[in-house]
Amino acid sequence: MTMLALLQAATPSSEPHVLPFFVFTAIKLIAVFTVYMVGVALLTLAERKISAWIQDRHGPNRVGWHGLAQPVADGIKNFVKEETYPAAANIPLFVLAPALAFIPALVTWAVIPFAAPWEGRWGRIEMVLAPMPIGFLFILAISSLGVYGIVLAGWSSNNKYSLLGGLRSSAQMISYEIAMGMSTIPVLLLAGNVSLTKIVNQQAFETWNVLNLTIAFFIFLVAAFAETNRLPFDLPEAESELIAGYHSEYSAMKFSLFFIAEYANMVTASALMATLFFGGWDIPFTLWDNVAPHTGLKTFLTLGCFATKVLFFVFLYMWIRWTLPRFRYDQLMSLGWKLLLPLALGYIVAIATTIVTLDSLGFARGSVPFHAGLILLNIAAVVILFVLLDRGRVISPAYSRLDKREVDRLRAVSTAHRTPLLPESGD
Amino acid sequence: MAIGVKVVERPIHDTSYIRATLTGMAHTLKHLLTPDRVTTQYPEQKESISKRWRGTHRMLTTEDGKAKCVACGLCPTVCPSNCIKLVPGEDEQGNRYPLVFEIDEFRCIFCGYCQEVCPEEAIHVGRHYENAEYSREGFVYDLERLMAQTHPVCEMWDPADPKGE
Repeated sequence: MTMLALLQAATPSSEPHVLPFFVFTAIKLIAVFTVYMVGVALLTLAERKISAWIQDRHGPNRVGWHGLAQPVADGIKNFVKEETYPAAANIPLFVLAPALAFIPALVTWAVIPFAAPWEGRWGRIEMVLAPMPIGFLFILAISSLGVYGIVLAGWSSNNKYSLLGGLRSSAQMISYEIAMGMSTIPVLLLAGNVSLTKIVNQQAFETWNVLNLTIAFFIFLVAAFAETNRLPFDLPEAESELIAGYHSEYSAMKFSLFFIAEYANMVTASALMATLFFGGWDIPFTLWDNVAPHTGLKTFLTLGCFATKVLFFVFLYMWIRWTLPRFRYDQLMSLGWKLLLPLALGYIVAIATTIVTLDSLGFARGSVPFHAGLILLNIAAVVILFVLLDRGRVISPAYSRLDKREVDRLRAVSTAHRTPLLPESGD
Repeated sequence: MAIGVKVVERPIHDTSYIRATLTGMAHTLKHLLTPDRVTTQYPEQKESISKRWRGTHRMLTTEDGKAKCVACGLCPTVCPSNCIKLVPGEDEQGNRYPLVFEIDEFRCIFCGYCQEVCPEEAIHVGRHYENAEYSREGFVYDLERLMAQTHPVCEMWDPADPKGE
């Protein structure tokens, strides 16, 4: 019954021709898959180049023009390397885990709209693989599967470091998933819909969500970093503590799959940030790309715009990775549960109240006063939040883990019961 | 007695994570945009090496293409790592010459004593460092190979001219 509803929901609304629909879906599948995989391969090179440039080095520049063929060389190397299986590993899960880590990142792309629709002689072609009206819920469901690959990899390796990495990752990803889901509720409140196409359209015709909902974006950004296990949240991998964490025991192409999964997750999270908060494929400051006629040129330009936004966030990922050190485990947990989650919940209440108030005052959605009200609230909230973050020592260093009253209380306790260990000298 | 942990009161600009993060990101971006790279792109560019660099050997030759070596036996005697093998021979005029002259560059410690001790200025350590071979045997240089080397030779330290001027 549910499957039937899903299938009906997945069928695009205006779709007169059946054959072109299938043909173009196949073409889109192949195109998106190819671009995505090649892009992910090139991102491994981009990461090495950016890390090199940040550290005043040159980076890989031996294979091909400026090292452009380095991913190919890496791929060949990984295919011909020896596959090792630890003697005590649980082999079926050990083999399954890399695929489980990789597939959710890939599947998420099915619902992300990457360009404006194209209306040619074959009817309207949506530039999204599966234009589901429940796209956002699909993303939430699929992205929570990503943790299984890492946990199973850590457990099935039968290695203490792998297990620790897997445990850390499960705790981390489950904690931040909640904050991540909560941070997107304001977006849904504004759009009034869970279809990603509708969310993009709402942002195109009104304002980008990042201007209305900066704090939600901030929470989503931090949670997305934690979800993808990227620095400063790479505790599951933690080279300096856990060798390579959950993938310590993996070799050759299985290791490579984890690597690909990390970058694939990164691209997917970047695409989500662009779609939910930065208007998706919308070209800013103009409505030209959002209205009919939907020509091929508009599709092409909006695709470029979307790619630019996604690549910017991918760059941000790398930039932050090569800047920030890793969090301690207690810092990670306190940031997730004690800051991001309450903040996200409070923000939902604040935004919902504001929207209801503005609605009841008679301002129409999308009108200038409605968004002016939201933006004013947003500026105030951002200023308050960042002043609090600045003063409040969010990520606490060891010397300020307790607040001052607590320190004083503990000191009083310790001095009250102070008894000299050594007898007083007799003289 | 309780341990007195010293808690230092630090000003906000020392403890704020937000400020530290932003400063750090500005710093890395600065390096990304205006890099100061000091890497030598090795096979294309090479670092200049010292005039006194002691690398793999070279046997100098006379004008008629024969080795200057007179097989006096000083270099195998002085060699601390015992890597020079010399079998002397003598021609019809009574001139001594090396029948076999081999240096095992794998055993050599590149002290340069052989060059210093040589009365004929025949054997020299060279200003050269790219010596890869596919086998250990490849590192045993015979007389022909020593004579075929073309790289510049080391200028030994001269007590009369300590700064090499």
